[in-house]
Amino acid sequence: MSTLRDSAEALALPLLALAGGLALFGAFVWFDGHDPLQAWALLFRGAFGDAFSLQNTLQRAAPLMLTALAVALPARVGLTVIGGEGALVLGGLACAALPVLLPGLIPGGTAGATLLLLAAGVAGAAWIALAGALRQFRGVNETISSLLLGYIAIALFKHIVEGPLRDPASLNKPSTLPLPESLRIGTIGAYDVHWGLVFGVVACLLAAFWLSATTHGLATRVVGGNLRAARLVGLPADRLVITACALGGAAAGLAGGIEVAAVHQSANASLIVGLGYTGILVSFVARHHPLAIIPVAILFGGFLAAGSLLQRRMGLPDASVQVLMGFCFVFILASEAWRGRLGTLFAVRRAPVTLPAGGAAGAA
Amino acid sequence: MDGGAFFDVLLAVLGGAIRVGTPFLFVSLGECLTEKAGRINLGLEGVLVFSAMAGFAGSFLGGHWWLGVLLAGASGALIAALHGLVASLPRVNDIAAGIAIMLLGTGLAFYLGKPLIQPQAEQIPSLALGAWSDSPQVSAALSINALFPLGVLLALVLAWGLKNTAWGLTVRMVGDSAEAARALGTSVAAVRIAATTAGGFIAGLGGASLSLYYPGSWNEGLSSGQGLIAVALVIFARWHPVRCLWAALIFGGAGALGPALQSVGISGYYYLFNAMPYALTLAILVATCSPRKNLAGAPMELGVSR
Repeated sequence: MSTLRDSAEALALPLLALAGGLALFGAFVWFDGHDPLQAWALLFRGAFGDAFSLQNTLQRAAPLMLTALAVALPARVGLTVIGGEGALVLGGLACAALPVLLPGLIPGGTAGATLLLLAAGVAGAAWIALAGALRQFRGVNETISSLLLGYIAIALFKHIVEGPLRDPASLNKPSTLPLPESLRIGTIGAYDVHWGLVFGVVACLLAAFWLSATTHGLATRVVGGNLRAARLVGLPADRLVITACALGGAAAGLAGGIEVAAVHQSANASLIVGLGYTGILVSFVARHHPLAIIPVAILFGGFLAAGSLLQRRMGLPDASVQVLMGFCFVFILASEAWRGRLGTLFAVRRAPVTLPAGGAAGAA
Repeated sequence: MDGGAFFDVLLAVLGGAIRVGTPFLFVSLGECLTEKAGRINLGLEGVLVFSAMAGFAGSFLGGHWWLGVLLAGASGALIAALHGLVASLPRVNDIAAGIAIMLLGTGLAFYLGKPLIQPQAEQIPSLALGAWSDSPQVSAALSINALFPLGVLLALVLAWGLKNTAWGLTVRMVGDSAEAARALGTSVAAVRIAATTAGGFIAGLGGASLSLYYPGSWNEGLSSGQGLIAVALVIFARWHPVRCLWAALIFGGAGALGPALQSVGISGYYYLFNAMPYALTLAILVATCSPRKNLAGAPMELGVSR
């Protein structure tokens, strides 16, 4: 019974929090002199209203699934890593740079594209694993180090894209050389959604399988649950922490590689649009559960897709989606405070329990 | 680079240390006060951006720079208070709350600041400390933000107050042992919310120096993570307000190095020089942290000293 109630609550709390975020957003635009009903309607129409919006939504959800994993996997070993943006841009850079650095060595077609994505994943993995290693071996707080590494990664990205690897033909918008046609990632069948979506979904499924059905995943969760206990039973805690970080980083790096190979065709500033930061929110809403990341990423991908509609139809600033996300984030955190108590809020009141003398039952 | 150019770069870095360092100073003092009470506020990044916008709006609409500065402080306190409240809820981690406030504060600032991107507002006046010199470079380098002396004063007052006053003791007690504070009947949450809010006001003054002094306008790329660097800067300063001052000047100087080198024609590594403060912070963290023991001077309740 209690597990059923727990899972009902695990679903109800984030939904209530999202509803709260949307409600507050409505109040906010209303104060600003806009119609909240229209804003809500446009948010959902722009996200899921027709085939075009839906494809746009899924297109944007794909990288969010991967950058959310960059937060969720380290979170399962107890680390708050928020440097997904850095891993993403380095992944994109690695993907765009490989054909330039190894001219003639990258085969065309699927094999070559796989190599590029592999490079992207390795670049991202190294970056986040570094934050994990600094935490385990030097005691450096991983939240701060991953953020700093993120800024350093973006500086490296800009330096390389506007310097050594700049395509001389890219005048107004410094970019690397565009990827050859044969190495690009195409769309799925006749739909206007690229294969990155499949990568995102499969990565989330694999992560869920790894965490819940493999011994290594179980060990990882033990480390996250109680580091001391994990060390006492002889688990290699350092290695598990760094592995979880590396896998998360690989996901974010892959997101960057896919954005380059499927959307932008070269590495340039269009890659740095905060997908890593939105991934943090997605992971928190999904409570760091890989399976829950899939629908949450689609929801927030939808809000991002609807942003331009809000801008065009209602004249709202482009930051309105960010405001909505900020409200949702605050509500999601606040909702944690009601975990375990939501049931009692709606439950039929039972007969009062007589306390033994001393009132120790209050400890429950 | 000949001798003259070297001198120019040196002068620009020294001037830049104060110009770029002033926002660092305020935001790190705000973070220092917050952390002394046992909480990390990563949301100071959101506080900084929002208060920069509010400060600009105050000066633009009110017509006086000091109105802008006051509004920046007040709105910084408001956003920080939200962090204080959210992080006081059961099971809410202060780092996560900080990320949320960072996102919300910058989002609100970009939304509300949209109409403020074009206009000019009255700026915070400069103190011409270099008026004695004939050299225009020297007077330019020594013409400093009027808020900077206030920041220096604030650092001294905070250092003195934390050490010698009753509220300073309360803040430090809450930061070092919540249990001891509870045993004495002090409300831990109330003290932390108050310290976070006051820290937000101080950080808000840093936001005002961004939008009303240097760079001196409002745009969405105004902050380059100063609010986040502040967290690391406080660690570097070992939670001491006066050392925050030196740290802010060092970071300001490092941040001024890129533009200074560019002005003498060395521009190939512009972005890498701009990343200097981040690399410096990380290097300091790696050098000073230890997995075995707490950092010297760290409030015991703090998440970084795990």
